[in-house]
Order: sequence, then C-alpha cells, then structure tokens
Amino acid sequence: MTALREAALSALVALGLFAPIVGLRTVPGEGGLALAPQPGLVGVLVGLVFFGRLGVHLRDRLRPAPGRAAVRPRLAATTARLGAWLAPALIALALIWPALVGRYYVDLAILVLTYVMLGWGLNIVVGLAGLLDLGYVAFYAVGAYAYALIAQFTGLGFWTCLPMAGLLAALWGVTLGFPVLRLRGDYLAIVTLAFGEIIRVVLLNWVSLTGGPNGISGIPRPTLFGLRFGGDEPGSFAGFFHLTSSPMQRIVFLYYVILGLAFFTNLVSLRLRRLPLGRAWEALREDEIACRSLGINITRTKLTAFAVGALFGGFAGAFFATRQGFVSPESFTFMESATVLAIVVLGGLGSQLGVALAAIVMIGGAELFREFADYRMLVFGLALVVMMVLRPRGLVSTRTPSVALGTPRMIGADMVAQGRG
Amino acid sequence: MTEHAAPLLAVDGLTMRFGGLTAVDDVGFAARAGEITAVIGPNGAGKTTVFNCITGFYRPSAGRLWLTRADGARIALERLGGERVASRARVARTFQNIRLFAGMTVLENLLVAQHNRLMAASGFGLLALLGTRGYRAAERAAIERARLWLDRIGLIERADDPAGALPYGAQRRLEIARAMCTEPVLLCLDEPAAGLNPRETEALAALLHDIRASGCSLLLIEHDMGLVMRISDHIIVLDHGRKISDGTPAAVRADPAVISAYLGDEDEDEAESGA
Repeated sequence: MTALREAALSALVALGLFAPIVGLRTVPGEGGLALAPQPGLVGVLVGLVFFGRLGVHLRDRLRPAPGRAAVRPRLAATTARLGAWLAPALIALALIWPALVGRYYVDLAILVLTYVMLGWGLNIVVGLAGLLDLGYVAFYAVGAYAYALIAQFTGLGFWTCLPMAGLLAALWGVTLGFPVLRLRGDYLAIVTLAFGEIIRVVLLNWVSLTGGPNGISGIPRPTLFGLRFGGDEPGSFAGFFHLTSSPMQRIVFLYYVILGLAFFTNLVSLRLRRLPLGRAWEALREDEIACRSLGINITRTKLTAFAVGALFGGFAGAFFATRQGFVSPESFTFMESATVLAIVVLGGLGSQLGVALAAIVMIGGAELFREFADYRMLVFGLALVVMMVLRPRGLVSTRTPSVALGTPRMIGADMVAQGRG
Repeated sequence: MTEHAAPLLAVDGLTMRFGGLTAVDDVGFAARAGEITAVIGPNGAGKTTVFNCITGFYRPSAGRLWLTRADGARIALERLGGERVASRARVARTFQNIRLFAGMTVLENLLVAQHNRLMAASGFGLLALLGTRGYRAAERAAIERARLWLDRIGLIERADDPAGALPYGAQRRLEIARAMCTEPVLLCLDEPAAGLNPRETEALAALLHDIRASGCSLLLIEHDMGLVMRISDHIIVLDHGRKISDGTPAAVRADPAVISAYLGDEDEDEAESGA
C-alpha cells in the first residue's frame, strides 16, 4: 500500500515537472510562437516514473538490506582491477588516436583532452587538498589572456609564452588565495565563485587592453621547433619535410601538444602526491586541526595547492588561446567552472583515471549527442542523478596510498574524507 | 633532585575568557624537564582550555607561557601561536577525540608528522620533483623513524592499513606515535586513556614511561586516577578554572581542597544551588 502511495506521489511530482518542460512545445504560429500541448509524451514519462518507483520498491522488498552493503567492496575491487589495465590501454589509445580517426574526432579529442587537463589541475585543489573551488575558470582565463596579450605586445611564440601564462595564473592563484583561504567550506566556494566572475567581468569591461566583448584575435599558432603549420614555403612544416600542406597536420600537431601537456600535468600531480607536499595536501583534507598540531603551515600548504592547480589551469588556457586563435570573455563563464568541477566529482575526488574517464564521458558524450538537442541536458541530468545514487563518491572512489611498507592496498571511500574547505 | 631541574614549561597568570565566561583564571604552574606532569580536575575545570593555550590553538586573554629550550633560550609560546608552537617550540599534542588522518595509511600518518623535516630536505618540493638523492635519503630516514615507532606501539603489521580502520586503542597509540614523530621536547596528551580497557591502559603507561626515558617530557590531562597517581611525577589540580592544588601525587591525594572538589562539600553545593 505504501508502495502504491509513494509511486503515485512520485508520479505527481513528475507530472508537475514534465507538464511545463516537456508538455508544452513552442511551434511557429500566426504572428509569433504558439504553444502546442503534448499530453501523450507527458503521460508516457509520468507512467515511467510511476512504474519505476514501484519497481524500486519491489527490488528493495525482494533483496534484503545487507545485500546492498556487500555490493560495495566487490565493486571497488572490480574498478581497481579494471584500472590496472584500463589506464595503459587509454594511454596507448590516446597515442595512436589521430592515426585511427578522422578530423572531427581528432578535434573532439583535443577538446576532451583540454578538459582532462583542467580536471587534473582542479583535482589537485578539490580532490587532494579538499578546497572547493568554484572559480577555476578564472585561472583558465588568465592563462588564455596572458598568452594572447603577451603574444600581441611582444611577438613572442607559444612555447616562450606558455610558461609565462602558467606562472601568471599561479601568481593570481596565490594573490586570490591569500585573503580567501582563511575561509572554509561554503564560504570559500562562494568567494572563489565570485572571483571567477570578477575576472570575466574585468576582461569584458577593460576594453582598451582586452578588447572587451570583441576579444583578441590573431593569436599566433604554435610552431614545431620553429616550423610553422600551413603553407608549404621553406620554414613551414610541410615545406621542411617536403610534404603537401594540409590543415590536418596542424590539428594533429595540436592534438599531440595537448596530449603532452595533459601527460605533464598527470606526471607532476602523481609525483607530488608521493612527496611531503602532496601528502600534506591530503592530510589537510582529512583533518586541518591535526595538521596544525603537527606544525604544518596550513595557509602556505593551501596556497601551494591553489598555485599548482592554477598553474595547470593557466597552461590549459594558453593552449585554448592558441588552438582557437581567438579569445573572448564568453569562453570563461561559470558553466566552464561547473563542468570541470562536475568532471572532478564524477571521476572521483583525487583519482587521475576517474577524472580522465569522466571528461571523456561528459565532454565526448555531450558532443556526440549534440543532435538530440534539449533532451541531451535531460539525459545528462538523469545520468548525474543515477551516478549520485549508485556511486556517490565518483567513478573511481578508492584511494591509493602514497607510500607503503609492503604491497599497497586500496583504501575504500568510506574512510577518505572529502574536505571541508 | 627534581627540585633543581629547570622548568621546561612555565605557565604564569594564564587567563582565558570567552565573552563573559572565564574558563581559566590566573593559573600558574611549571612542568619540569624529564618529568610527567598531570593536569587533573572535574569536568569543565578548564583543563583542555589550558592545553589549547599551551599548544597554540587559543591565544590566551592574559598570562605568559615560557618554554625553555635545551640551550637555555626562552620561547614565549603565547606569541608564537598556531602551528609554530609545534614547528618551532617543538610542543606536540594529541586530542581528546582522536584526530587521525583516517583515509591515509598508518605509515602515511607518521610521514605527515615529519612534514617539515621532509619539506626542507625536498627543497620545498622543487628538488624532490626531480628525485634528488638528498631527498630520497631523507625519505628513507623518515620511513625508518616511522617503522621504529610502529614497532614500539605494536602496529608494524598494520602499517599499510588506513588509520580509520584500526581499533580504538590502536588509534590512541598511533596518535601518540604520530605526535612523537615530530620529535617534540614536550608532549601534551589530552585524556590518552579515555576509552581504553585495563590492559591497554597498562600498555599506555609503559609507553609513556618509555617516552619519558627517551628524553621527552610529558604533560597530560587524565581522568583515570589510578593511571595518574601511578605515572605522574607532579600533579596540578584545576577546579572552575582555578588552580586548587599543585604537588606530588601523595601530597595532592591528601589535599582537602582536592577531595572537596571531587566529592563536593556542603558549602560548595549551597553556593552552586544559590548561583
């Protein structure tokens, strides 16, 4: 009886939600848009919710409660075993990817890898140090504009500007971090969110420097040891190797640049995790007060996490600028921060493999299902809900110890803290 | 003998007010080097507040906290504050409700405790990124020190388990070992025997004696009177934020002020019901 009542209640909620969202469709009518009701579709959706809720009830009744708890460790063990071969397989696939697929998929892979890199960068701040940063896009923007402006005013190339852009972003990370890191939890999240917006608004309004909403165009493309891409005169890539010039060469080159940058990010974060600094970040996430009692300077440790995270954000930004050849404030909205954060959370806080998988699923998936237009967001939201129910700690939720006397064993998510900022 | 030992920690006129509440009122005592000093008192007497002042978690409203180093230099703890009490003055502490890094392994917990030494050896993270020999040697030494302590507290078998998965008594011992890995001159223990069974308490007493023998002085808050009377060289009794007694275990046990504070006398009961 309770099952029926709950199912009816769920169906009612679904009716309230779907009636305006799905039930009313705008169609071109006389003198503007007209609304066309779609009662059939709403009925189907509400019915699905009703019987779905009943199904959940039935499943709970058939399977006693202890069964649920037993599933978790087995799942964790499976992902651990999966990770052992999945990571090398993914790396191998990434290395030969441009040889396997056409231009569209290489372009898509560049986009995915940019987000993988951003995810790995943010993972240092959110996953390791446990600081909730909602304004990560600010450092991405600083990196992109730093490269665009330095290149514009000094004429320096991509490879000279890349470290400068990264360092500038890191500098901003420290500048922002200094006043902000006294705050904890929700307050930190709000202030970082505001910082992300401030940077965007400044970029939008400082017209004399940044060009305002028009952005900066004509950003130089990266070169391979001084060889340009495009054209086949001497001094260009095609000319040097006596090839016929094709735009594909530049795209493949860009692909390997971002792949290299992403690998670099991964190597540095993996190495840092095994060093005292990285261990202090994780300890900070676990218990800040205990850290203090052990003589660890909390502000400095948080700042380094912020700075290193911002550094990689800056690198990714510089790459974004050189890939597009154009930057404008529109590319650095809060949505970007939210997307990167979603990748980190879905992947599993602190897990490198999880973040990569989440970026592939989220960015790649969203692009592939572009034709489904609005339903894409619906499916996406549903996927998020399902994820949060089944795997609340992300795809890869186990933690690998940074050091071990014997063979290292995975640590279950129930032990690991998520940080309170 | 002990009368002539230099006081390692001298607390003078320590007062801590929270708004209108005076939690600690003009408390003064000394903890001598090489001794186990216990701070006891009924619940709410201000013991943990005194601890938090000494270890830099609170900034006292008034009073001085002097720590005398082995070379004779004096450090004002209340001016250091924060984590520098641990890193510069070498005063370590444990917590009443255990604060381990639950999601990190037992070994990792002990390595985090050696953070500052390892950071210096790693060139503040930069040199170690390249894996220099100096850092690797420092890390080996840190693991060796951790192994030593794990042997001492009998947790070497569980070095690679998450700290949160240890039984309660083992967590208590691990927290002490973690504090000791910072190589302190003074170790402050906030109720180390709370929640331990008699056998574990026995092992704890042996461990504390070991630590004292190794040259580290101890300051502890404890409710287990049996343990306190047995291992302490010196006891300070607090009640309602004031010091009411100070002396050897035998002297404190015989002090009428202490007896009335613990058992309550009629005057005090009346005063409390009147308030």
